[in-house]
Amino acid sequence: MMFAWPSELRRLGVMGMNERNGNFVMAYNRRRNYPLVDDKLQTKRLAQEHGIAVPELYGVVSIQHEARNVGAIVQDHDSFVLKPAHGAGGEGILVVADRRGDFYQLSNGTMVTEEALQYHCTRIVSGLFSLGGLPDKALVEYMVRFNPVFEKVSYQGVPDIRVIVFRGMPVAAMVRLPTQASDGKANLHQGALGAGVDLVNGCTTFGVTGNNLAEVHPDTGATISGIAIPHWSDILEVSARCADLVGLGYLGVDVVLDRDLGPLVLELNARPGLNVQLANRVGLLAGLHEIEKIDTVPESIEDRLSLAKEIAERVSVPFH
Amino acid sequence: MKKRELHVRIVAILLIGIGLGLCSYKVRQLGLPLRPGENTETWTVQAQVSLHSRGGPVQARLLIPKKPPGFVVLDEDFISGGFGLVVEEDGGDRRASWAKRRAAGEQYLYYRLALTLGESSAAPGPAPKATYPPKATYKEPYGSAVRAVLDGVREESADIASFTRELLLRLNSVEPDENVDLIRDSSRDASDWALKITEILRGARIPSRVAHGLSLGDSRNDARLEPLLAVFNGKKWIYFDPATGRRGMPDEFLLWHEGLTPLLSAEGVAHSEVRFAVTRSVREVVEVARKRAGHADSRLIQFSLLSLPINVQNVYRVLLMVPIGALLIVVLRNIIGLRTFGTFMPVLMGLAFRETQLLAGIAMFVMLVGVGLLFRFYLEELRLLLVPRLAAVLTIVVMLMVVVSIVSAQTGMQRGLSVALFPMVILAMVIERMSIVWEEHGPGEALIQGVGSLIVASLGYLAMTDELMSHLMFVFPELLLVVLGILLLLGRYTGYRLSELWRFRSAVEASRSNP
Repeated sequence: MMFAWPSELRRLGVMGMNERNGNFVMAYNRRRNYPLVDDKLQTKRLAQEHGIAVPELYGVVSIQHEARNVGAIVQDHDSFVLKPAHGAGGEGILVVADRRGDFYQLSNGTMVTEEALQYHCTRIVSGLFSLGGLPDKALVEYMVRFNPVFEKVSYQGVPDIRVIVFRGMPVAAMVRLPTQASDGKANLHQGALGAGVDLVNGCTTFGVTGNNLAEVHPDTGATISGIAIPHWSDILEVSARCADLVGLGYLGVDVVLDRDLGPLVLELNARPGLNVQLANRVGLLAGLHEIEKIDTVPESIEDRLSLAKEIAERVSVPFH
Repeated sequence: MKKRELHVRIVAILLIGIGLGLCSYKVRQLGLPLRPGENTETWTVQAQVSLHSRGGPVQARLLIPKKPPGFVVLDEDFISGGFGLVVEEDGGDRRASWAKRRAAGEQYLYYRLALTLGESSAAPGPAPKATYPPKATYKEPYGSAVRAVLDGVREESADIASFTRELLLRLNSVEPDENVDLIRDSSRDASDWALKITEILRGARIPSRVAHGLSLGDSRNDARLEPLLAVFNGKKWIYFDPATGRRGMPDEFLLWHEGLTPLLSAEGVAHSEVRFAVTRSVREVVEVARKRAGHADSRLIQFSLLSLPINVQNVYRVLLMVPIGALLIVVLRNIIGLRTFGTFMPVLMGLAFRETQLLAGIAMFVMLVGVGLLFRFYLEELRLLLVPRLAAVLTIVVMLMVVVSIVSAQTGMQRGLSVALFPMVILAMVIERMSIVWEEHGPGEALIQGVGSLIVASLGYLAMTDELMSHLMFVFPELLLVVLGILLLLGRYTGYRLSELWRFRSAVEASRSNP
């Protein structure tokens, strides 16, 4: 079979790009709240103010000539991440995993000089990775030591957990696992593997690479399903709280699981992607419409989460 | 939600309705053509008045047509050669009065009228009411003959129209009886004959008059006014051919004047004469419609692009196609789901292709972007900051364009000169974006997006150079409202994109294997 019929996709509750933009992103997300999620520095500060754990910020390069300070910012840290505050689609992120003398070793093994780091900072600051090419800031932050739970199903890099939150209630989640094709980045567009997560019990379900269903990790060959994610209820709680924090009705929350620090909020996304549907083999629309029907969403996080799980249990029937 | 949906739909439908409404008004009422290059027949009728002056003051009055039925006046002008000209109307007549204090010898005056077939958009004024003539008295034996004919006709007719027709048939019969013979005897020419019939009709108290007009047909220099009999049936004037009794105005017959007023009356001349010449020509319908609307005082056309100077018109011919290109982009991106470098870059490239032609344009685009990319990779090594680097790429693009132009001028390839019309800033941005995609997602992805952009630009070019489309947009710019309406509707399209039917195909596959 070559194509899916629209009617079949509709029956499966699969949401398309136009529907996401028109009926959810534009309908539930106020534009003035976008800067809170588009600028990762703002997100980080806001989260810290409200006691939500985030990767520690080592320093910020906000104008060109500060790029030469990069060496000083990272002098006490062997590993760190350089990333644009306004980056989109995981572009412009440089992960330094170790240091060898004067050289920095990137997560993919390449050795670079400090000058290269400085150049990367100036590229970020000049707006190369930001939307519309606006001047940007480069963030230098803690490199997450990822929880070994995903060791067998990732190739270098840091896997992260994406939770889709609608009206403050989680509707779907997936783990994004780096692959060789994604160059260690946890970004599905760059070839990372997406693994659906059962919202109720926090276990991985199915997988997707690109737009193809997958059962095993393409590089490690390990089975994707059945991995129980630790701190699952914390992850859901933190996601729901993030939604309150930035006041966006339709939100993607990216959480990383640190070996020592537990769940850390990496970034928020006002236009989360659609492949979570393929990863879970469940369309988003059924759950979204259920939540849309609720008149008033419960105030307390606990009530909200139990309601969210109840709805998820009801609608999460894999493609049938 | 639902309210907004409804709102968008109502606004969109209103816009589309107004656009199409205006368009159809212009097609129906003003006769603007829906297809480009349509031609229509037009006639130029020239009345030449020649006066042989005695040397003193001269005055000449020529009757001229007034809203001729079945025709639309496109243009009307007078060549007066030193005479003062006044155009007057009174009652049913319209005339041109020329006057000169002193004129000697042969004088020529011209009246020229350009016409095309069609009902005048301005409603013709009410036909002058006829008064019922007093019963005529005739000299004997002529009177007896007329009465005999009239009595015969009256018995075989039901109303004024059939009466007239029957009368004409009898009077023009091939085997006339003696009464008709007597009547026919004294008529000199067709015009006189028509006049005589009006006299006879007066005997039956039927209002009638003689109209004169030209049978247009083909071009000729010796056209003559032909008489036509007009009979008033109580409601309107009905026309008959006095020689055959055929009812109605003949085809392509230009009614010049009606009634007894002489065609030309001149004072202070020894001799005066009117000659008619007809020129038939074929003109573009748009041109004709514009002229005719100008004469009909149509506000709609006065506010149209056709009233602009030609060079400005040509600018708008291009600009009006940009929304069409934008609409295409919306469809390709939101309905089909294609990705391109920059949202409207392909539209601008498509516009540039208009000048360079498609194949040459694509070749030059590929060459500029290719060489530009090479330079860009070199600049990458130099680690330049964003804005200076963009400026450097832009400069290189301009230099390449100069080189292409000079080389093509040297080798005599005129096409290459039009490279100067490429949107260079856009090209520089394409090179920059492409090099980043190249670096981050590999050359494959960069080439796919580049070729995708080129395909969209070519489609944009095809849409924007379509002759029919360009004609429609230019003659009916209100179609922009339709485009706007469609854009509003597409803006609320939340269905799947075509690419998503491919993207999510595995969902359906999974559902098949998982019943």
